[in-house]
Amino acid sequence: MLKKRIIPIVLIDGFSVLKTVNFDTRRNLGSPVTVMRTYNTRNVDEMIILDIDASRSNRSIDRFVIHEISADCFMPLTVGGGIKTCHDIENILKAGADKISVNSHAYQEPQFISEAAKNFGSQCIVASVDCIKNGEKYWLFRDNKMICDVDLFEWLLRMQDLGAGEILVNDAGKDGTMSGCDINLAKKIVDIMKIPVIFAGGVKSPENAADLVEEANVDAVGISSIFHFTDNTPNDCSLSLKARGIPAR
Amino acid sequence: MIALIDIDIGNVNSVAKALKYLDIDYIVVTSPDELIGCDKYIFPGVGSFAVASRKLETSGLKLALKNAVLLEKKPFLGICLGMQLIAKSGEEGVRSEGLGFIDAEIHRIPDHLDFKVPHVGWNSVGHDCSGIFENVPLNSDFYFVHSYRMILKDKSLKCFYTEHGEKIIAYIEFENIYGTQFHPEKSQSEGLELLRNFSELC
Repeated sequence: MLKKRIIPIVLIDGFSVLKTVNFDTRRNLGSPVTVMRTYNTRNVDEMIILDIDASRSNRSIDRFVIHEISADCFMPLTVGGGIKTCHDIENILKAGADKISVNSHAYQEPQFISEAAKNFGSQCIVASVDCIKNGEKYWLFRDNKMICDVDLFEWLLRMQDLGAGEILVNDAGKDGTMSGCDINLAKKIVDIMKIPVIFAGGVKSPENAADLVEEANVDAVGISSIFHFTDNTPNDCSLSLKARGIPAR
Repeated sequence: MIALIDIDIGNVNSVAKALKYLDIDYIVVTSPDELIGCDKYIFPGVGSFAVASRKLETSGLKLALKNAVLLEKKPFLGICLGMQLIAKSGEEGVRSEGLGFIDAEIHRIPDHLDFKVPHVGWNSVGHDCSGIFENVPLNSDFYFVHSYRMILKDKSLKCFYTEHGEKIIAYIEFENIYGTQFHPEKSQSEGLELLRNFSELC
């Protein structure tokens, strides 16, 4: 039986790991290689590493960083940050990535998802979507602004139709807050999507991760803050899932 | 010496790193000439069957691999798309020809309400702890990421399965030919064990 995944998400600004709050306030956390090694020895299910400054700086994530961090990484690695061309994807895959996350460029040129999926297979392309809640509505969130002419759910379905193999949803309103995730949002998303959903934003404890899986049936939970800043480990989360009879590794 | 076949369909570096970590000699091979002197082949891949099929043909590796594997009977391990490419044909994108080592076709996993496609994540494989699964604990989880699966015509071949809405071929073995739908190089210690066992085959 397919297991539910607990996925540490590592954000970098080019060369250092950092953690944001609401996609804004930053805290520097040192070398990505060290952080990755720790997760590798913890035998985690998977890793996501995103260069959150790459698009804005008009570059793609540094492939030598990926090469280095993947040197002793024997688990799946999803990499994103400023990916704009199939050539970028090829370079990052060669450097050791398994899946590629596309975010900004999918917004600027949605057809790129389709082109990438045709060239590398849907299973290689993760559409990463940032969103925020305003009142009772959910919108895309880009460059620290709400995009009020695009409905989140329509956008997610469009990514799926264009050939994305997985969806990574980042709830910007909850990002870095460790205040508990928006399970209703996750449920709404899972209910309409046919492809696997990785949901990230606001997980406050291993029990909260288990709530998210149990109540919203997400395929994977993306987590940063509680791994960086508390005693909780990915294994604590897996154990919490197992304790409720949810298949986990 | 193991030849790691690279036809630009990604993922080669991941397998290379795993072999390096295990202290297994390998060379990355992109053309038929480089296969000379290699006694085993690993063919990893992620991506589209149609694109890979074309690249196998244009690189000249298709013919060279057929000779080495079918005539000279050298051990061959296909991983993920590399396993799918040992089939006769695949329907990903347009219908295209594989290496044709075994009588099988590659078809999309049917959509199912509770079993999503792509099949992504860790899933258990019912294996018998022998051959290249020696020292791998029973029912170990391996990492899968694929939307297509192998449909075997010849039901007598040795297979191990995983469950995802239906029984999906996770591993296939036929004489000197081995294939894993999952990624051993991404399946932590259990996967590394499998690569080590393959490298020690005679």
